Amino acid sequence: MSAPYTGPKVCLWTLDHANPASLETYVANGGYSALKKILAEKTPAAEIIEQVKISALRGRGGAGFPTGLKWSFMPRNYEGDKYIVCNSDEGEPGTFKDRDIIEFNPHQLIEGMVIAGYTLGAKAGYNYIHGEIFELYESWEKALEEARSAGYLGNNICGSGWAFDVHAHQGYGAYVCGEETALLESIEGKKGQPRFKPPFPASFGLYGKPTTINNTETLASIPWIMRNGGQAFLDLGKPNNGGTKIFSISGHVNKPGNYEIPMGTPFADLLVMAGGVRDGHTLKAVIPGGSSAPVLPAEIIMACTLDYDSIAKAGSMFGSGAVIVMDETVCMVKALERLSYFYYEESCGQCTPCREGTGWMYRVVHRIEHGEGRPEDLDLLMSVGNNIAGRTICALGEAAVGPVQSFIKHFRQEFEYHIEHKRCMVGA
Amino acid sequence: MPLITIDDQQIEIAAGSTVMDAARAAGIYIPHFCYHKKLSIAASCRMCLIEVEKAPKPLPACATPVTDGMVVRSYSAKAVEAQKGVMEFLLINHPLDCPICDQGGECQLQDIAVGYGGVASRYAEAKRVVKEKDLGPLVATDMTRCIHCSRCVRFGQEIAGIMELGMPGRGEHTEVMPFLEHHVSSELSGNVIDLCPVGALTSKPFRFSARSWEMARRKGISPHDGLGSNLALQVKDNRVMRVTPVDNEAINECWLADRDRFSYQALNSAERLTRPMVKDGGRWVEVDWPKAMAFAAGALKVIRDTHGASAIGFIASPHQTVEELYLFQKLARALGCENIDSRIDRVDFSGRRDGVEWLGMAVTDLNKLDRVLLVASTVRKEQPLIAQRLRQAVKKGAQVNVVHCADDDLLCSVANKLIARPSDLVNILAQVAKAVGADIDGLSDVVVSDAARAMAASLKSGEKKAVLLGAVAQQHPAASELHVLAQAIAKATGATLGFLVDSANAVGAGVVGCRPRQGGLNAAAMFVAPKKAYVILGAEPELDAADSAVAHQALAGAELVIALSPFKTAGADYAQVMLPVAAYAETAGSYVNMEGRLQSWCAAIPPQGEARTAWKVLRVLGNQFGLAGFDQDSAEQVLAEALPEGEATVRARLNNEIADVTVAHLNAAAGIERLGDTAVYQLDAYSRRAPALQVTVDGQVGHAAMACGALIARLGLSEDKPVKVRQSDAEVVFKLMRDDRLPDNVVRLAGGLAAAVQLGPRFGPISLEKM
Ligand SMILES: Cc1cc2nc3c(=O)[nH]c(=O)nc-3n(C[C@H](O)[C@H](O)[C@H](O)COP(=O)(O)O)c2cc1C
Ligand code: SF4
Ligand code: SF4
Ligand code: FES
Repeated sequence: MSAPYTGPKVCLWTLDHANPASLETYVANGGYSALKKILAEKTPAAEIIEQVKISALRGRGGAGFPTGLKWSFMPRNYEGDKYIVCNSDEGEPGTFKDRDIIEFNPHQLIEGMVIAGYTLGAKAGYNYIHGEIFELYESWEKALEEARSAGYLGNNICGSGWAFDVHAHQGYGAYVCGEETALLESIEGKKGQPRFKPPFPASFGLYGKPTTINNTETLASIPWIMRNGGQAFLDLGKPNNGGTKIFSISGHVNKPGNYEIPMGTPFADLLVMAGGVRDGHTLKAVIPGGSSAPVLPAEIIMACTLDYDSIAKAGSMFGSGAVIVMDETVCMVKALERLSYFYYEESCGQCTPCREGTGWMYRVVHRIEHGEGRPEDLDLLMSVGNNIAGRTICALGEAAVGPVQSFIKHFRQEFEYHIEHKRCMVGA
Repeated sequence: MPLITIDDQQIEIAAGSTVMDAARAAGIYIPHFCYHKKLSIAASCRMCLIEVEKAPKPLPACATPVTDGMVVRSYSAKAVEAQKGVMEFLLINHPLDCPICDQGGECQLQDIAVGYGGVASRYAEAKRVVKEKDLGPLVATDMTRCIHCSRCVRFGQEIAGIMELGMPGRGEHTEVMPFLEHHVSSELSGNVIDLCPVGALTSKPFRFSARSWEMARRKGISPHDGLGSNLALQVKDNRVMRVTPVDNEAINECWLADRDRFSYQALNSAERLTRPMVKDGGRWVEVDWPKAMAFAAGALKVIRDTHGASAIGFIASPHQTVEELYLFQKLARALGCENIDSRIDRVDFSGRRDGVEWLGMAVTDLNKLDRVLLVASTVRKEQPLIAQRLRQAVKKGAQVNVVHCADDDLLCSVANKLIARPSDLVNILAQVAKAVGADIDGLSDVVVSDAARAMAASLKSGEKKAVLLGAVAQQHPAASELHVLAQAIAKATGATLGFLVDSANAVGAGVVGCRPRQGGLNAAAMFVAPKKAYVILGAEPELDAADSAVAHQALAGAELVIALSPFKTAGADYAQVMLPVAAYAETAGSYVNMEGRLQSWCAAIPPQGEARTAWKVLRVLGNQFGLAGFDQDSAEQVLAEALPEGEATVRARLNNEIADVTVAHLNAAAGIERLGDTAVYQLDAYSRRAPALQVTVDGQVGHAAMACGALIARLGLSEDKPVKVRQSDAEVVFKLMRDDRLPDNVVRLAGGLAAAVQLGPRFGPISLEKM
C-alpha cells in the first residue's frame, strides 16, 4: 500500500479548496457548526470531554498526553478566571505543521479554542505564536477579526450571550518558550523560563489561574471531533492513537513537506508519499519526532508504524511528528554537533545540569568533529547525559540528551573512527 | 499533619511544607544553593536532589511537597549520585580561584564541594569568563564565580522591594547584572553579599583585607536606628574588618541595612580622637588623662561655683549606651544640674508626656498589621528594615496610608496618601482625624479632603492597626500637635500609637532619665538661651540640632565645652577639652530598642589609642568632684543600677500618651520652606564617617538640595547645577537636584550636614537663588 492517502483529513483539508484560509470556505464546509450546536444545546462540558476521551486524541505538541484527560484536570467549580492557551511556538527543529494550520485553516483553530474555552469555563484564550513567522501573526489577527465580526468570538458568541475572546501573543523565537510554563511566563511579560512543577498549570497557570495549554494541532482537531464524534476520530487512526496527524518530513527526501495521514501509517508509506529518499541515495537514519527524539537507524524505522506506541517501542519518541530523514552522505558526528549546538544555545540556563551540561556535551562533540576527540569522550558524553536527564526543571534537559545518547548508541563506530582517524568515515 | 520519613527518621510536619522544611526541622542537612528560607523557591540549582520512594527520578527537596507516608533518602547512593552530578556541573565552569577569593573559607560551594566534588575534573574544555559588573561602592563582583542560584535577584524582587539585579541572557550566557546605566542603590543592597553562596558578590570596602578564618566574630548591636539589629563584628588584630548580621527573627531577621553593615568604617576613621586634648591659648595640645580630667573637672567647678549648676548644659547623643547615659545624667544631677537632654533634633516639647515614647508594640507585630497610618516618616531611609517589614505586611494584604511631606517611593503599594508641605502637615493630619471622628478640639474649620476620607475608611476597617509617627513628625515644629492628632486617630480607630524611634538608644536615654526634670531645660532651650558651659557626650549638636546655627553659636560662645567623643572633629572648634571615649564596638554596653528590648554586648575590640570607655570616664569625673555613687566596677554594675529590674524597669517607663496640647497650626505658611529630614547616611557620628556610604547614591543625594521640577522652573534655576540656598541670614551653595516626588514650594535639604550648619532650622522659610 503506497498510494497517497485520500481519506478524511482533520486539519489541513481546506487545502483542497480555493481560498483555504477564508471564513467562507470554512463555514461552507461545516465550520463553526459544532460550536453553534454546543451553544444552542448547551452541551454539558462533561459530554464534550467524554467525546475527546473517546477520540483518543493525544497532545500533538510532543508529549502525547491524552487531551481528554488533561481537560478533566481543570477545576470545575473554581471561582475566578481560568484561561486556555494555544501553543503555536513550534520551535522544535524539523517541525513546521502548526504554521500551516494557522495559515491555511485558522478558523478551525479558533473554533477549537472557543469550544475548549466553553468546555473548561475559561475567560479568555491566548495563542502564543512563534517569533519568526511575523506574517502569520498578522493573518491570525485578521482571522480573529473576521470571527469576531461574524459573532464567533466576543461578547455574545452565536447569540448565546456567552462571552469569550482569543488574543494573539507574539513569541520571540526562543525554543524554550514552547515549554508550556515558560510560555506562560513569557505571556506574563517575564523572562521565558520554565516553572518548577508542581503546581501544574491546571491549578496555577497563567497569572496564577487555572490554565489548560494545548498544541495548535490538538486544538484544531477538536471541531472535527465534535462534528463527527469521538469514535469517528478514533477510527481514523488506531486504538490509543486517534485521528490523522500532520507529519512534517524534511531532510533527504524528494518532496519534503507536510503530510496529513492516519495515525499508524507505516513509515515506509510516508517515505513514498514524500517522494522517497533523494535520488541515487539510500536511507541511513531517521529522527522520527523532532530533533529531541532519539535517532533510529534505517532498518529499525522502516519496520515502524507512525504512532506513539510503535515509535516508543523502537526506542524513540513520536514527538511532534517531525520526521527528519538522513541518507548515507550524512556524517553522524557533524549532525550531532549541530543538534547539540542547538540545545546548548537554547537552554534557558536556569537549572544547573542543563545550563552547564549542554555546553559540555556540545564542546566535546565539537572537538570530536574537529579531529580532537579522545577515546574516553564517548563514555564521558553518555555519563554527562545521564547526569542531565531526569534532573532538570523541564524536559529540555532530556531533549538535549536524546540525540547525544542515541547517536552514540546507534553509530558508535562512526564516532570512534572520528576519534581515531581525526576525520570522517563518510567522506562527505 | 503528614508524617514522613527522612533517612530513617520520622518527622511530623505541617501540610504544605516541603521535604527541605521537614529536613531542617529534623536537623538533617540537605546540600543546597538556591534555597533560602526567606526567599521564594527557585528549584533551579538541583543540589538538593533526593531520592523519594516510588518516584522514578530524584526530586529537589526544596520544592517537593511532603505527603503522608513519604519515604525520603537524602544520602542514599541514588541521591548522592545525583548530588555529585550537580556538583560536577557547578564546578566545570567555576574558576576555582579560592586562594584569591574573599568568600574562601565561608563559601557554600567550597564547603559542599568537599563532600560532593571530585578530586580531579573530567571537564577538559575552555571555561567561561564573565565580565565584571559595576554595582556601586558597596558590592564587589567577580561574576565568573556566579553559580546562577538567583538568590540576589529574588532578594531584590521580594525583600528589598526593587529589582535592581536581573538575569538576562540564556543558557550559559545567563548573567547577573544591574539594569543598564544603573547601580544598585537599595538601602538594603549589602544583603546580597550574604546571600550569594559563592564569591561572585562580596563586600567592596572589605575586599582583600582579611581571610574569613582570621577573624573573630563578636556580637554587637547596630548603633543607628532604633531597631537594634544584631551584628557580628568581625575582628582581626583588634580592628573591625567587616560586619555581618546575626540572625534574630524578632528584630532584623537575617538582614542588615547597608548603614548597619558598612558604618564600621568609621571605627577606623582618621578622625578618631585617640589622646585627650586641651586647648591652650587657642591651640590644641595633647595631654595625659590625669591632666585632662583634672582640667575638665577644675574648669567645670569654676563655672558651677561662679554661675551655679544651672549655667551648665548636659547634652548626650541617643546613640550612647544605657550605662553611659545613666552615669551622664547621674553626674549632672549630682552636680545639681537639671539641664540634661538627648533629644537634640527636637524643637517642640510642648504638652504633657508621662513616659518614654516607643513603638507601642513588638517589632514582629508590624508584619501582622492590617492597617497602617504612617505619619511623616521617610521610612525607607529612617528605618530600612522596618520598611521591609511593612512591605511584607502589604504583601499579605495590609493597607498602608501615608501622611508625609514627600511622596517617597515605599516600594510597595500605598492605599491612600496625603502629601503636603511641612507647614501644612498638621492640617492634613487633622483632616484624617476629623474624618475618623476623632475626639479632639479645634478641628471645626478643618476641611476634609476626599483622600482623607478614603484614608479614614481604610483605617476604620481591618483588625490590627497602627498609627506610626516617623522622625519628621518628631522633629517637626508642631510635633506635639501631630502627636496629639495621631493619638486621637489611634483612639478613634482602635489602632496602636507607635513611634518609629530613629536612634539606637533614644528609648534607653529616656528610660534612664536623660531628660530634664522640674526646673531643667530641654536641648533646644539650652541652645536658645546659651549656657556658660556644656558637657557633651558623643553628640554633634552643631550638626544634628533642630537649629544647627543656634546650637553652633551657643557652643562657640560658651566659656567651657567638655566633649567626650570618639571623634576629633566634633567640637574641635568650640571645645576646651576633648576626651577620647570608646566607640560602640569598643565598650561593653546596652541599648534599648524601639520595642523596649534591652540588648547588651561585650567590647569587640579595645578602644583606639588612649581612648577609654565613656562610663569609666564619667565615673572618674564624678570622683574628681568627690561625689558619692561613682564607684562601679563594671558595665554590668552600672546597668544593674540604671535598670534594677532590667526590661521590666524599661517597660514600666514606656508610654506614648500626650496631653495638654492645642491643635493650632492649621494654616500652611506662604512661600518656600525647608524639609530638613535626616539623610540616611547622616544619622549619627558613625554613619557620616563611613566613606563607602557617603559615595552611594543615597549618600550623594543626601548632600544636595532637592526641589520639584515646577519649582526649579519657576525660579529659573537648573537642575544638577549649584544653587545658592539662603535661610535666616546665611547663604550656602549646594547642588540642586530635581525630585518630582516633593510638593511645590518645598526644598529638601537634609539636617545633619556639615555644610548646612549656618543655615539653621530643619524646617521653615528657605530660598533658592541662581549663582
Ligand atoms: C523545550 C520544550 C519545547 C517545547 N516546545 C513546544 C512547542 O513548540 N509547541 C508545543 O505545542 N509544545 C511544545 N512543548 C510541549 C509543551 O510543553 C506542552 O506539553 C504542549 O504544548 C501541550 O500541548 P498538547 O498536550 O496539546 O501537546 C515543548 C516542551 C519542551 C520541554
Ligand atoms: S532544563 Fe534547561 S531549559 Fe529547562 S528549565 Fe532547566 S535550564 Fe531551563
Ligand atoms: S551572583 Fe551570587 S547570588 Fe547572584 S545568582 Fe550568582 S551565585 Fe547566586
Ligand atoms: S536548593 Fe533545591 S534546587 Fe536549589
